[in-house]
Amino acid sequence: MNIELITFFIFSTLLIFTCFKVITSTNPVLSAINLVFSFFLSAVLWLLLGAEFLSIILILVYVGAVMVLFLFVVMMLDINVAKKTAAYIKYLPLGILIFIAFNALIIYFFINTFENIDYNAIKNIEIISDSNTENLGYLLFTKYIIEFEIAGLILLLGIISAIVLTYKKNPKNKFQNPTSQISANKKDRLKIITGLKE
Amino acid sequence: MIPISYYLILSTIIFTLSIAGIFLNRKNILVLLMSLELMFLSVNFNFIILGNYLGDLTGQVFVFFVLTVVAAESAIGLALLIVLFRNKKSIDVDDLSELKG
Repeated sequence: MNIELITFFIFSTLLIFTCFKVITSTNPVLSAINLVFSFFLSAVLWLLLGAEFLSIILILVYVGAVMVLFLFVVMMLDINVAKKTAAYIKYLPLGILIFIAFNALIIYFFINTFENIDYNAIKNIEIISDSNTENLGYLLFTKYIIEFEIAGLILLLGIISAIVLTYKKNPKNKFQNPTSQISANKKDRLKIITGLKE
Repeated sequence: MIPISYYLILSTIIFTLSIAGIFLNRKNILVLLMSLELMFLSVNFNFIILGNYLGDLTGQVFVFFVLTVVAAESAIGLALLIVLFRNKKSIDVDDLSELKG
């Protein structure tokens, strides 16, 4: 047992445990907190796999932004918790069945397929430097530059659609409607009255 | 070096746990979205594992894009959830079925 294997076993056991807690806890806040823990644990496992940049990004982006968003929504919505026993028991056998069946299928496939490949024979790494971040940045800004731009567009789309969906018009607001402002012309606004004499 | 099947079995267990979570948490769409996040996590795990073992950085580039798309997806999903709660006062999946077919 070397140190790498011990680290892997400790963190993977904790990861499976927290994932189990995410799907079984009755309170959504506890689910979100356990999801944060599972992201931290998988960041450690990604470090073990040599993906340093992505493990930091996972903590910064996921725990820092997405999970905070989740927690905000959990606390904004006024949900009555701990009322899900009936549906839970109804769907529990199906859930367990699907868990076991999928696991058996995929693990059988993995054990039979991936053990017999000589991974050293097909290595084609493009090493620029020792730094994982530098290699990843080189690939992102040269080979995958168009995909990088498209990812930015997708984020813009996310911003716009989230604002449009949740925006609620307040009748007290006294802001101007640009469409009607532009479409107004002189005839509608200005009336010249002639022929009046005192 | 850790055998690759250990990592792959770990990601498979996470994936199947999140599938079971989608089946179990019918009362709460929020936990359903969290199960979806776990599913994306296991897919990213697979990309990084196989990228590491093949000695190819393209897997990590792919994970980068998946993270981008998931961030946009969860923002839109939570916005939809808020609109849903505003209109229905509930986030139960069974309350959503309006078509009586």
